Amino acid sequence: MPSPADPTRRQWLLGAAAAWPSGLLHAAAAQTVPGLLTRPIPSTGDALPVVGLGSWVTFNVGDDPQGRAAATAVVRAFFAAGGRLIDSSPMYGSAQAVIGQALTQLGRPAALYAADKVWVSGAERGRSQIATSRQHWQLQRPFDLLQVHNLLDWETHLPHLFEMKAAGQLRHVGITTSEGRRHRAFATIMERHPLDCVQLSYNLLDREAEQRLLPLARERNIAVLVNRPFRQGALLAALQRHPLPGLAAEIGCRHWAQVALKFVLSHPAVTCAIPATSQVAHLQQNMEAARGPMPDAALRRRMAEHVAAL
Amino acid sequence: MSEWWTYRLEDFLMFSPATYQRMFALYNAQVWPAQWVALPLGLWLLWLAAQRPAWGARMACTILALAWACTAWAFHAQRYASVHTAAPWFAAAFMAQALLLAGAARTTGAWPRRASPAWARGIGWGLLAPAVLLWPAVAMLLGRPWQQAALFGLTPDATAVATLGLLLLLPARAPWLWALPLLWCAISAATLWTLAMPEWWLLAMAAALALTGAMGPRCRMPTHG
Repeated sequence: MPSPADPTRRQWLLGAAAAWPSGLLHAAAAQTVPGLLTRPIPSTGDALPVVGLGSWVTFNVGDDPQGRAAATAVVRAFFAAGGRLIDSSPMYGSAQAVIGQALTQLGRPAALYAADKVWVSGAERGRSQIATSRQHWQLQRPFDLLQVHNLLDWETHLPHLFEMKAAGQLRHVGITTSEGRRHRAFATIMERHPLDCVQLSYNLLDREAEQRLLPLARERNIAVLVNRPFRQGALLAALQRHPLPGLAAEIGCRHWAQVALKFVLSHPAVTCAIPATSQVAHLQQNMEAARGPMPDAALRRRMAEHVAAL
Repeated sequence: MSEWWTYRLEDFLMFSPATYQRMFALYNAQVWPAQWVALPLGLWLLWLAAQRPAWGARMACTILALAWACTAWAFHAQRYASVHTAAPWFAAAFMAQALLLAGAARTTGAWPRRASPAWARGIGWGLLAPAVLLWPAVAMLLGRPWQQAALFGLTPDATAVATLGLLLLLPARAPWLWALPLLWCAISAATLWTLAMPEWWLLAMAAALALTGAMGPRCRMPTHG
């Protein structure tokens, strides 16, 4: 990946300046924090730090001032650590509005890569939902990534998302699934449509995606976002009953969360994992997983075997 | 919902335990001073069930109808909906139960002298009295702030359990009056269990006891002549 000072990179940014709304240019031009591992979205070359921020459960706090303050603190720490991608969905209750408030309080960080979803049946309702989501995020520019959530009415939404992309109203188009559901249909869509990104569940215990979806993403040059890297906290709760294994030191991990994240991030098809948290300390642990050595194939096997044996 | 068999209860959980618990404190602040109305209404319900005046059964059904309507609007529609996408449906169901109870208030007769066997009446009292008197203290007993108190007439769990208790004491046991309170107990117990909140078993037990009382034999009404 070229560095920001690289002429190729600069040419790309200049080209983007002419072709892309100013807000997105800011996002594209966001500086990478030294030492933070980034990976490109293959279709456009946009580099993303390998650890993003999910919002399922953790940011659905309604109008609870304490919950909203905690969410803002997490978002602040996320950007301070060099993070960019925040992912949400209309399905996540008040999470979008909570993110929007946090972003506004933080002065709308230029580094933000805003990823959301469409989760409704029908074309008109889809358009309306996307507009509402943007209002919740208080975005003054388009989303960077819109995904069809859990393939709901994907036949209707995908053409519209591709139209938005062609019209410069969207940077990237994707689809999502979770917990191993509908992988066959998911693969078929990946094979037949020019997706920029897919989002799926993958972690130390749930590895079905290794069979078909992850190799297919590499083959088709599709970026992969990984949800539920901690099985919504259940994996970490189970792992934390056991001492950190010796192999953690080999990859610079001080916490089980980092071991779990580095396993996910070291798969060659994975672009970014999006763990969710409501605690700054956990966010910082997660972001540390985007630094230092990553396990190779042999160590990945040992990690999986070790966790399976616990 | 495709591949529905792969879903677990946790998949429907949209919020954390802390968010759910703090919601009650925010709700109590939002509806203040409605607690000064809800608590006396609950006490009046107990008095009606104990003293059994001729008009008491109708008034009890009216109070329950008000409680369900208030919970539908103030709790589900105005508060729970901010964190739960299904809350508008819960609000509709609670409003439907309020209408059913309002209908029962028009048609129900006087308190029967012995509509139920003593053990069923005992269950009825065993549900009604704690729902009104003890439920507000459950949060505190579990170490949470008193501001999270859940009152009959304002919050769904206490309202549903009190309703099940009173239904066991009322003259008629119209089956359609039982369905939604029992369904809510199941939904809320599942939610609390998924949130790892220990009060889930209170609701589960309340529903089981109410079903036992409802399915049991009724006393014969006295005949004339």
